[in-house]
Amino acid sequence: MALRDSPFNEMRLPLLLSAAVALIIALVVGVTMLFSDRRETIQTQAYGVTRTMGDHVVAPVSSWITAPSRWGQSAISAVQQYFFAVSENRRLRAELSVARSWRTTAIALQDTNERYRALLGLKVNPPIAMVSGLAVADSRGPFANSRLVNIGSEKKVEVGNPVMNENGLVGRVVGVAEGVSRVLLLTDVTSRTPVLLDRTDSRAILAGDGGPNPRLDYMRGPDPVKENDLVLTSGDGGVLPRGIPVGHAVKGLDGRWRVVLLADDGAIDFVRILLFKDFRQLANTPRLNELPAPAPTATAPSSVTSAPVARPAANPNPQSPVAPTASKSGPNRPEAKSVQQAKTQATASVTKPAQPRPSAPKPTPARPVAVSKPVAVPQATPPSDAGDIPH
Amino acid sequence: MTLAQPLTPVRWILIPALQVIMTTWLFTMPYRVFGFQPPEPVFAMVTAFAWAVIRPSVLAPFCLLLMGIGMDLIWGSPLGLWAVSLLVSYGAVLLVRNILIGQQLPILWLAFGVACALAELLGVLITQVVSHVTPRALGVISQWGVTIAVYPWAHRLIERFDDADVRFR
Repeated sequence: MALRDSPFNEMRLPLLLSAAVALIIALVVGVTMLFSDRRETIQTQAYGVTRTMGDHVVAPVSSWITAPSRWGQSAISAVQQYFFAVSENRRLRAELSVARSWRTTAIALQDTNERYRALLGLKVNPPIAMVSGLAVADSRGPFANSRLVNIGSEKKVEVGNPVMNENGLVGRVVGVAEGVSRVLLLTDVTSRTPVLLDRTDSRAILAGDGGPNPRLDYMRGPDPVKENDLVLTSGDGGVLPRGIPVGHAVKGLDGRWRVVLLADDGAIDFVRILLFKDFRQLANTPRLNELPAPAPTATAPSSVTSAPVARPAANPNPQSPVAPTASKSGPNRPEAKSVQQAKTQATASVTKPAQPRPSAPKPTPARPVAVSKPVAVPQATPPSDAGDIPH
Repeated sequence: MTLAQPLTPVRWILIPALQVIMTTWLFTMPYRVFGFQPPEPVFAMVTAFAWAVIRPSVLAPFCLLLMGIGMDLIWGSPLGLWAVSLLVSYGAVLLVRNILIGQQLPILWLAFGVACALAELLGVLITQVVSHVTPRALGVISQWGVTIAVYPWAHRLIERFDDADVRFR
């Protein structure tokens, strides 16, 4: 029987139709999945079971796949270290001599900083714990920039935790499972990070667009940024701590201000996840609400205003049980101006004698005045005044 | 030129799909070459184009759906973005399949480039709708460029199987 006489010739139209129907069904499934997916939010439940399961499978397989690459890089690194030991030694010696001069400055600044803090009764965030992980997968397309890291909920990693390498901020955690976390990079199109410019203290939003240099949006002021300005996280919104180095501002080819990320100079595979919690989350709110209001006294106007104002100067002990009313502090930004202003306020308040006033009392300044009755919040009390951002 | 192969689903759908997924996975390795990150081609466009040219199939759309979801899970893009992009490109190539059959390499390569551009454009549109942002044009164009560079893989697949089913010549 010739092929053209075959009964299978009759199958052509049904097969075309069934292929078209299959295509439409697959498209409907794809579109449904697309509009039910929410990956840009930081809500834990929004990440979804599918993604969690997917990450759970992808991470170990990626780890196996990348193992030969890691071994190769280790071998190449070992050979380079052997052959370039002399030049590396010379470079490190030069770096050490510079670091020694900075150490003296740092000690002096630390001492000044501690005195200011003691004077103002200033509280800083508790030190942030961190865990190190290995990136096992890295996507770098125009529609998604993320990494899979081989640590997860077993190390107390949570959605929203900031991620950095030895040089600066890399991104934040958007999904966590047992043994794996997905990190949304700063360059992702959905990434929005509140930042500040170190020189002018002006705020901006770092917006990723899929390229290597995210842009600075919503800048305020006539001339808030100049070439090579240092960009830090601002801590606004409480998602990220303040003061993490992000990068340097540059003018892009499109005329917009962009940021060359400091993290790009560091290792691509090893990252540190900061187990950061906003200080407002540490306060024991129910306990604060339970406390009774202070009883009014006969000499209320003068005593109420004078006693709390005098407390920070009289009791500079950082371990004293005081509610966490002070703001966060970053190590890299010049605090001289704000500290000086606060110091001036505090000094003026302290040196001013508390005199009874028959008229309405002046309202108590918001900072650094403590509440009239000290409230002990053990979680919020910092063990020391050490910097809260690990570098 | 390779001889035509018998058209069994394992040979023309399953094995190429696995090869594409493995290659995509390999390219997610975190490494830099001379300080630059390597490109990220959409290898699945090879199968989306070649399967449509070879013959219509019921299995191919579902396989592309699974591959797209797998790519979204590996890359962390919105779930369904690449599934929809691949399927629409596949459907578009299927529509003009009668024109493409029997064409020479440059014409097919050009058609592959158009199909890839369609997929990238859909990716941009979906990102605009879902995330309310527009991806950087340079990133999209560079991904399109490196994707059309892998066309020889698709051409090899077409040459192996385009004569296998005489009903769809």
